[in-house]
Amino acid sequence: MSPFDEMLGPGKSVREPYSGYNEWLEAQDNSRLEQKTRDAEQVFRKTGITFAVYGEDEAVERLIPFDVVPRILSGREWRKLAEGIEQRVMAINAFLDDIYHRQEIVRAGRVPKELILKNSAFLPEMIGFRPPAGVYTHIIGVDIVRTGDDQFYVLEDNARTPSGVSYMLENRETMLQLFPELFRRVKIRPVENYPRLLRRSLAAVKPPGCKDRPTVAVLTPGIYNSAYYEHAFLADQMGVELVQGSDLRINDGKVTMRTTEGYRPIDVLYRRVDDSFLDPMTFRSDSTLGVAGIMDIYRSGNITIANAPGTGISDDKAIYSYMPDIVEFYTGRKAILKNVPTWRCSEPDSLKYVLENLTELVVKEVHGSGGYGMLVGPTSSKKECADFAAKLKADPANYIAQPTLSLSTCPILTEAGLAPRHVDLRPYVLVSDRIEIVPGGLTRVALKEGSLVVNSSQGGGTKDTWVLDD
Amino acid sequence: MLLGRTANGLFWMHRHIERAENMARLVDAGQRMALTKLSDSSDEWASVVLSSGVSATFKDKYDEYSAQTVSDFLLRDMDNPSSVIASIETARHNARMVRTALSRESWESLNEAWMSLKRILANPIDERDMPIILDAIKRETALIRGAFHGTMLRNENFDFARIGTFIERADNTARILDVKYYLLLPSLSWVGSSLDNYQWESILRSVSAHRSYRWVYEPDYLPANVADFLILNGRMPRSLTFCYRNISENLGYLANDYGTRHTCHDTVENTVKMLAFGSIKDVFDEGLHEFIVDFLHKNNKLGKEIAEAYQFY
Repeated sequence: MSPFDEMLGPGKSVREPYSGYNEWLEAQDNSRLEQKTRDAEQVFRKTGITFAVYGEDEAVERLIPFDVVPRILSGREWRKLAEGIEQRVMAINAFLDDIYHRQEIVRAGRVPKELILKNSAFLPEMIGFRPPAGVYTHIIGVDIVRTGDDQFYVLEDNARTPSGVSYMLENRETMLQLFPELFRRVKIRPVENYPRLLRRSLAAVKPPGCKDRPTVAVLTPGIYNSAYYEHAFLADQMGVELVQGSDLRINDGKVTMRTTEGYRPIDVLYRRVDDSFLDPMTFRSDSTLGVAGIMDIYRSGNITIANAPGTGISDDKAIYSYMPDIVEFYTGRKAILKNVPTWRCSEPDSLKYVLENLTELVVKEVHGSGGYGMLVGPTSSKKECADFAAKLKADPANYIAQPTLSLSTCPILTEAGLAPRHVDLRPYVLVSDRIEIVPGGLTRVALKEGSLVVNSSQGGGTKDTWVLDD
Repeated sequence: MLLGRTANGLFWMHRHIERAENMARLVDAGQRMALTKLSDSSDEWASVVLSSGVSATFKDKYDEYSAQTVSDFLLRDMDNPSSVIASIETARHNARMVRTALSRESWESLNEAWMSLKRILANPIDERDMPIILDAIKRETALIRGAFHGTMLRNENFDFARIGTFIERADNTARILDVKYYLLLPSLSWVGSSLDNYQWESILRSVSAHRSYRWVYEPDYLPANVADFLILNGRMPRSLTFCYRNISENLGYLANDYGTRHTCHDTVENTVKMLAFGSIKDVFDEGLHEFIVDFLHKNNKLGKEIAEAYQFY
């Protein structure tokens, strides 16, 4: 069975959300669209919207391929998604607050204790501490995949430092430049106010020690980080300083940055540095990317760190399989957005099932990421499956398994005209005294025919994502 | 408010853009001197390397001074931190670091210059293509300057960028003038000869001033006039006086904005006064070379004082 296509329904009929776009598309010829694709590349290169891939001595800057065919969601589809995302994000924050305090969910037997306590993403330093306004994950990216008209699944929650939002914004900006007439024809909800919402959101969670307008800064690991462009972009768009560890020092109980007129305090730090590098006095002592002593300042209520340290425990793969329970436990309602069915190999029945159906499943390491240490059953040889089965039996608790999902496709522009490719979607959520979800997000697309890998590090591209204002 | 690291980035970004441009002019001057054929051209190329301030690195790498070795070294050698390509690379590196402090046009013009010069300078240069390549370098840096002047807010960011530009330019002009010291004439009888004249003209060319010189002075190239033009003439945009008036002005804005004066403010005022009240006769009495060595030292010291005053590191 061919996968669900975002644009074309049964019998190649154009699905309703694409009807306006399709009218316009039919009047275009392929060569003009190809020219526009080249124009877009030119813009990205000139602007330096690149991500870095570093070799031995010379830095290579690569572009993330951009496809000019938008991914379009109707207002109705989006409202349902947004409702589900909001519920999930509230549950994640409640879960974090709970596991760093009374651990009711563990007491209730809904999540096993060792899964929390033995997890490297669980930070004992956060126990008993409540971040300003009770918010743990200020910025979340929820990875969503679709398999049918009404079938959306959450593939992953990114509750640490989700990236990619600059591409969402630049993709829209590029589309506006390339096809202004299209935006007059089709009414699309704007995403451009994201930086303003982000700034407002960060300011709204200022620490108790800050009495005036808070000073916000973005902390980057520096220009060699692969997402540096995004860090600079967000700081620029918010009109705040972009700082590095070497700019920061603790002075008089505040985190301060070195300016041309001396050290000035920071109240809210949007950090794009991982937990373990944040404070060499508390975590990795060899880190130069953070600030020595920031955790003490944090605990004394004189700075807000966004996202809070220790939020990684909520987007861990082992925790993921418990998300339906977690959502229900804290919101009192069934999860609106479904999880991908997941077998925990630590459970004997599940392990048995997984071993018997290995050729049809995707098996992942609990703490792995980026596609390492993982088995994709349908595309693996007998020997690979057998080897993996041995590893699985040796340490079942280290693995989870999921069915291979038939991700939806969306057309991309190829030399031979439009052709379907698999896509996912990462909407961005801001949490402060309220929850804001920008209508849309980042659509990642696998450019190779039949491929399910959308990661930019492995040849994936991006698309502008439209939510119709209907 | 400006981060010290950002001020440092703006300062060095502009020093390196200026350096790239001046390096191209220097090669241009070397090219013209070598074409005189009045002497063995290796002397001219040796003087060019000396005045570029990186002769030690050159000697580590090459045994002979020729059009090919010197232009390769000064234009496209990444081992030479002052080569055009290395300077543009460093300028862009600094610009990426301070992107949030630049107008979009400033960043893009530098990024485009970097892309284009990397392509142009990727392969060894055929001597016949040299004029086109030197022009391209000068054009790219002019575009960067134009974008910067046309779009940047005149705030502290602008001041640090300008200070970087003029400290570098003063350094470069002084070094170019020093070429004459190294470029020994075959014997005393050559002084005032056509060779001598030709060398002075080349020096003026290397600061794009051979035409404006004739607007200000008599048509003959007199050493005292050329030195006066490059050191003391306040209207000549690459002269030491011009550079120092600008540094003083921009440092003055910073003192006003921040309400604080530093050691660097006194240092720059002293140099401005020295240049204002000095005459070219005094300079020659002291010895041109000695004057330049002393100036370069002071210029360097000023850069360090600025870095310290504004917490660059």
